[in-house]
Amino acid sequence: MAEPPGFLTATINSIANWSRYNSSWGATFGLACCAIEMMHTGAAHNDLARFGMEVFRASPRQADLMIVAGRVSQKMAPVLRQVYDQMPEPKWVISMGACASSGGMFNNYALVQGVDQVVPVDVYVPGCPPGPQSLMHAILTLHEGIKSGEFVRV
Amino acid sequence: MTDEVTTEEEATEAPHPAPSETERRQLHDMWASGTEEPAWVVASTAEGAQLMLPRDQATGEDVAGEGGTLVVDDRLFEDEAAEAETTILNMGPQHPSTHGVLRLQLELEGEVIRRVKPVIGYLHTGMEKTGETLTFLQGPTNVTRMDYLAPFHNELCFSLATEALLGIELPPRAEAIRVLMTELNRVSSHLTWVATQGMDLGAVSMMIYGIRERELLLAFFEKTTGLRMNHNYIRPGGVAADLPDGWEEDVVGILEGIPKGLSDYHDLLTNNPIFLGRTQGVGVITSEECFAYGITGPPLRATGVDWDLRKTQPYSGIEQYEFDVPLGENGDVYDRYTVRMEEMVQSLRIVSQVLETMPDGDYRTTDLKVTPPPRKRIDESMEALIHHFKIFTEGFKVPAGEHYQAIEGPRGELGHYLVSVGEAKPWRLHCRTPSFAAIQSLPIMMGDQLIADSIAVIASIDPVLGDVDR
Amino acid sequence: MTDQMPTPDEETAPEPAAPPVAPHLAPLAEAFPEAKFEQSAAGQQVARVESGRLVEFVQAARDAGFEMFIDLTAVDHYRQRSGPRYDVVVGLLSLKHNQRLRILVPVDGDVPSAPSITDVYPGANFYEREVYDLFGIDFTGHPDLTRIMLPDDWDGHPLRKDTPVGAVPIQFRDTNKVL
Ligand code: SF4
Repeated sequence: MAEPPGFLTATINSIANWSRYNSSWGATFGLACCAIEMMHTGAAHNDLARFGMEVFRASPRQADLMIVAGRVSQKMAPVLRQVYDQMPEPKWVISMGACASSGGMFNNYALVQGVDQVVPVDVYVPGCPPGPQSLMHAILTLHEGIKSGEFVRV
Repeated sequence: MTDEVTTEEEATEAPHPAPSETERRQLHDMWASGTEEPAWVVASTAEGAQLMLPRDQATGEDVAGEGGTLVVDDRLFEDEAAEAETTILNMGPQHPSTHGVLRLQLELEGEVIRRVKPVIGYLHTGMEKTGETLTFLQGPTNVTRMDYLAPFHNELCFSLATEALLGIELPPRAEAIRVLMTELNRVSSHLTWVATQGMDLGAVSMMIYGIRERELLLAFFEKTTGLRMNHNYIRPGGVAADLPDGWEEDVVGILEGIPKGLSDYHDLLTNNPIFLGRTQGVGVITSEECFAYGITGPPLRATGVDWDLRKTQPYSGIEQYEFDVPLGENGDVYDRYTVRMEEMVQSLRIVSQVLETMPDGDYRTTDLKVTPPPRKRIDESMEALIHHFKIFTEGFKVPAGEHYQAIEGPRGELGHYLVSVGEAKPWRLHCRTPSFAAIQSLPIMMGDQLIADSIAVIASIDPVLGDVDR
Repeated sequence: MTDQMPTPDEETAPEPAAPPVAPHLAPLAEAFPEAKFEQSAAGQQVARVESGRLVEFVQAARDAGFEMFIDLTAVDHYRQRSGPRYDVVVGLLSLKHNQRLRILVPVDGDVPSAPSITDVYPGANFYEREVYDLFGIDFTGHPDLTRIMLPDDWDGHPLRKDTPVGAVPIQFRDTNKVL
């Protein structure tokens, strides 16, 4: 005898969030030293693919997670904002490293003192540079937030 | 809005007038920003006079420089493009193949690059200014973040310059540790280069392999210094801490692991016809051009010039170790590749000699001016505590003078120019970085080549944008 | 105008050959008697040249074997010395003699200016742009003297000593402007 057709009740939101967190695609926004650690996170040893994250998109149009990895200079800030604006909603931002989060040790004329002055940030990763584990933890935190609906702004 | 501007004739000629320049620009902006807002962002990323000018507005010297024809040597390019129809294409600063935030403006004639103008500064961190606010002991913290693929070299260079001004000598163990760390760092830097060079040419798996081997080195760096990058380990007066227990096994593991990886790369790249086709004869630079543009390191040696500061102006006792300086012939991308691949082998050779001959003794100078008292004394003696406190808060005073210290970094001559006025902070810190010179020479290497080759050329000079912009 | 160096020793008679210059510098010392050749404390070769003759000097240095251009930068001696405020520092390297030469060129004024050496060493191009950007030193004869590190509409020259270090708030340029 065939199984009775199963059914599932859920809100649209929770299904949407479930699918979103499982496939957040990153836009490569490697700027400085932190970007090297971001590369390491994606490569063989740490293998970000375990979390449905192996695709880093060169085009912001195809990405929904921007990892700002490195220091943002005054000259770069408009570019950063433009890339962010080009990403389709819903989108999230991880600020990786002390520089992106607060200017780090370079409190001087050249750097934007925290990328949150330019784009809204969901998760900050401390460290200089944050190791791959820190970045992964941040990504998992973000996933949690997306799943619970905490981080979705639409 | 434009109706009022359009003149009578135009209106009658074309019932649906083509959108004006402004309108097209606005449409494009809207497309770029993806919102209804007028996309000021597009305009705001233009850098005005720093951008490449159309050929009819640029002066003659500009065009010659951007076309890479300033140095008269055996190769002369025909200036044909003036007649032909050309396009100016923007590449970067957010571009996966530019190794960071390099922006290039290319004038293309079809597929052929006629002029190149690098636009840099997107990672300008003001490190030279920050360096003036940090004491000499804190200085390495700052400069290590400059060329983040070669942090040890930056620290070493800064420390050597400071020590030259101070006039202090180091114990042999400190020197040997420095050589060990910088040569391992050269390998780790070249591994990142081979990974990205492969990936830029389409061999995506190179990325994974290169970083696989790099993890070995980073694990050792982390064990020794506490951080995977940006260590602040080499400091004026020696190094921050002794090598960890069991460092020999780690180094032996590295000496075994990396050559295995290297032979994988040779299988993947060196005899790969696609790789050869994309690198041989591409991005040629001659030694005259290298001299005129200050290009050092592997690109210079790839042209056949035997110049390695480790041999000619040795530092940190590196002259005790035996190694060869690999040379190329043609100065193309492929020769730079072979030179770097061989350099890794030679660096490992130095490392194995350091491993055998590592002297015992202090890992930092005993000169109390720069070295704090040992931890045990601090617990016992008030004076020692004050001494320690003074060194780390006020810093030590460095005699007035100026010094330029150059070392052979993985990308070429890395130089720090320090001016001291007798205080605890440098009056001026200037970093002469190899990538800055190399970026400047891109027009020469790319001129009259196909646009697809530009990626191979950028990867082959191994630029680190933190090193360029500082 | 005779002596603008930090320690003016006016009472001593001019000493043309007091510190004997190294043989590879002899042609330079001969052609430029007014240039001062000295050794820095750590034994590096320094030459002090007036900005008017910089291009000739650099040209002669290149002919004397300093084929490699290494570095060009500036130092702001603000309130540190009585003479000219800035030094333009040119670093050259001779592969043949395995020697370095550092040329210090004092410049002064509200809009300090030095001749461009891009005709001799094309590689000085970016370096001069950088010094122009960060110090505001004008290089006459430079093919394309624009800012290089900072945005084009930046005010001021941050590496000058009278510019504070501090962070400036994030600024977007005039937002509604369409190109
Ligand atoms: S936080 Fe540290 S590692 Fe990251 S970009 Fe800044 S200086 Fe580099």
